[in-house]
Amino acid sequence: MSIFEYNGSAIVAMVGKNCFAIASDRRLGVNLQTVATDFQRIFKIHDKLFVGLSGLGSDAQTLYQRLVFRHKLYQLREERDMKPETFASLVSAILYEKRFGPYFCQPVIAGLGNDDKPFICTMDFIGAKELAKDFVVAGSASESLYGACEALFKPDMEPDELSEVVSQALLASVDRDCLSGWGGHIYIVTPDEVREKILKGRMD
Amino acid sequence: MSNNSCMDLTAKGGFSFDLCKRNAMLSQKGLKLPPFRKTGTTIVGLVFQDGVILGADTRATEGPIVCDKNCEKIHYMAPNIYCCGAGTAADTEAVTDMVSSQLQLHRYHTGRESRVVTALTLLKKHLFNYQGHVSAALVLGGVDCTGPHLHTIYPHGSTDTLPFATMGSGSLAAMSVFESKYKEGLSRDEGIKLVSEAVCSGIFNDLGSGSNVDVCVITKGHKEYLRNHMLPNPRTYVSERGYSFPKKTEVLMTKITPMKEKVEVTEGGDAMEE
Amino acid sequence: MTKQQARFEPYDFNGGTCVAIAGADYCVVAADTRMSTGYNILTRDYSKIYKLADKCMMASSGFQADVRALQKVLGAKHLIYQHQHNKQMSCPAMARLLSNTLYYKRFFPYYTFNVLAGFDEEGKGCVYTYDAVGSYEKVGYSAQGSGAKLIMPVLDNQLKSPSPLLLPAQDAVTPLSESEAIDVVKDVFASATERDIYTGDKLEIVILNVDGIRREYAELRKD
Repeated sequence: MSIFEYNGSAIVAMVGKNCFAIASDRRLGVNLQTVATDFQRIFKIHDKLFVGLSGLGSDAQTLYQRLVFRHKLYQLREERDMKPETFASLVSAILYEKRFGPYFCQPVIAGLGNDDKPFICTMDFIGAKELAKDFVVAGSASESLYGACEALFKPDMEPDELSEVVSQALLASVDRDCLSGWGGHIYIVTPDEVREKILKGRMD
Repeated sequence: MSNNSCMDLTAKGGFSFDLCKRNAMLSQKGLKLPPFRKTGTTIVGLVFQDGVILGADTRATEGPIVCDKNCEKIHYMAPNIYCCGAGTAADTEAVTDMVSSQLQLHRYHTGRESRVVTALTLLKKHLFNYQGHVSAALVLGGVDCTGPHLHTIYPHGSTDTLPFATMGSGSLAAMSVFESKYKEGLSRDEGIKLVSEAVCSGIFNDLGSGSNVDVCVITKGHKEYLRNHMLPNPRTYVSERGYSFPKKTEVLMTKITPMKEKVEVTEGGDAMEE
Repeated sequence: MTKQQARFEPYDFNGGTCVAIAGADYCVVAADTRMSTGYNILTRDYSKIYKLADKCMMASSGFQADVRALQKVLGAKHLIYQHQHNKQMSCPAMARLLSNTLYYKRFFPYYTFNVLAGFDEEGKGCVYTYDAVGSYEKVGYSAQGSGAKLIMPVLDNQLKSPSPLLLPAQDAVTPLSESEAIDVVKDVFASATERDIYTGDKLEIVILNVDGIRREYAELRKD
């Protein structure tokens, strides 16, 4: 069994019209045994920047703490929030530093950049950036998510439609993955507000 | 350990090996290390009558799955030098970024245009240092004061100097095109056509390569980056019906947070009293 | 260094994806026509769909040499059945025969992943899905092969069938019309081809209905 499948996870981020959505499952397991059903994998860096950390739960939390620390240092020095592009480079550098002894954590970064232009990005666990215009996925259910998003995605969706499409894609995918599930946690971010939802899913 | 380690900031750069022991323990317990993101890749380059042309496909794979359909594999090194990368995506990205910043500093220092051999030496030095563990296979091309140059660099640090070169999993497919059609003194248009054809041969015949063709033409004092020069693989079918969802998702909780207004700080306002 | 020697490696993986959907009065079986090994394409035009009987088709991915052997065995057994009973085998009977044939080689399996589609005794569409050693289930739709993980969630989402545990038992056939089902199949294959390197080139769709058997082809990405 791969280390990525030890805890199980599913994360997806998708771009809409001047908005984005980022969603994850809620399960934390140890192999096939479920340990927690309200596990947080998506973290807020600032109002318009979110990061989802899939993979090994302990590394996700450690990495999150380091990212928050670095972002706070940046805020103190620069007196402004980080742009998503900058943040992606930071995450990439932190991961690549540990090229030969990596964190087992695949991040998904989603944020609103200059002029509220949505930005999404994922990386492998040693920091190879992948910038996409449509959607990015990560976690043990990533193959299912690729298939679901590839079929369901359409460009320029409004926030409500985007929310529904991401939710459907996430729930459909985690139902075909033994290691993720127990509902979903989704954030829909527009220039005016952040909408956070907890989704009901199969509990098996 | 440096004093900075408690600050979580490495001052000097370089790799950190502090998780190696833990990871070795995990893999000893039978948890497999996952595969890195690779660029299966067809990358090519050739020398034509007044410069160098580089070409690449745009597919990045993780095992049998395509994780990026339109990635950039022709990396910037200097205004007159570009470099195509194949192998582990993170390594090609990092090694080219690192060397390009060293070249920039070198230019600030000397005030002269970078030379291709400088880039070549920096790259091979880094790769040889890591004995092939930094798995980047590169095609380096550029034009400097000594004329056009094309080199290939292997992950262990060995290099070749060639009139035409290919790398990556599609290198054989691409090389077959070069070997049958390359000749000296090609014109710009002929060169671009041959490079595109070689990359396309990799795209269609090698499963590790795919999607679009990127081309970069470098001539004396000029360069042209033709991103997505060809798009031979559009999606074949889009359902006209679109998808509707028979069952809407059930929401257990919704929380709406409006964005906070940013406080404007005006420069030169009234100074606070001491 | 330890002594190296050639090992007996009887298996290869040739990729490919198969999908089958059952409706009330039709059945759709589809597969791509790419056969590959490693990073190489062996051929872009290889049919993975095999006609076992007039109302029974099998689509198989995995190791195509084993698929061929399996098709031959089933064909021969079906011929004997026809000689003995003077009729063609029904689809449920063929499903059990396939299961037995696979399990017969439990410890040196056929490396094949099959879906069987056809009509049952009542004339309704039915799909059977298998693992490599003969475990099988009657379902309303199924996907097998290299792109199955990508396709299955979309089919679940669009054609969700009732639980097999419900009492009284409910029909597993999908509510879609024939043309809608074909549209879904084309779209899920286009999606899978975008992301799975082993799926591509051409899509072969076989439609079984009251009029008989019809074949359609659609282009897929060739990279």
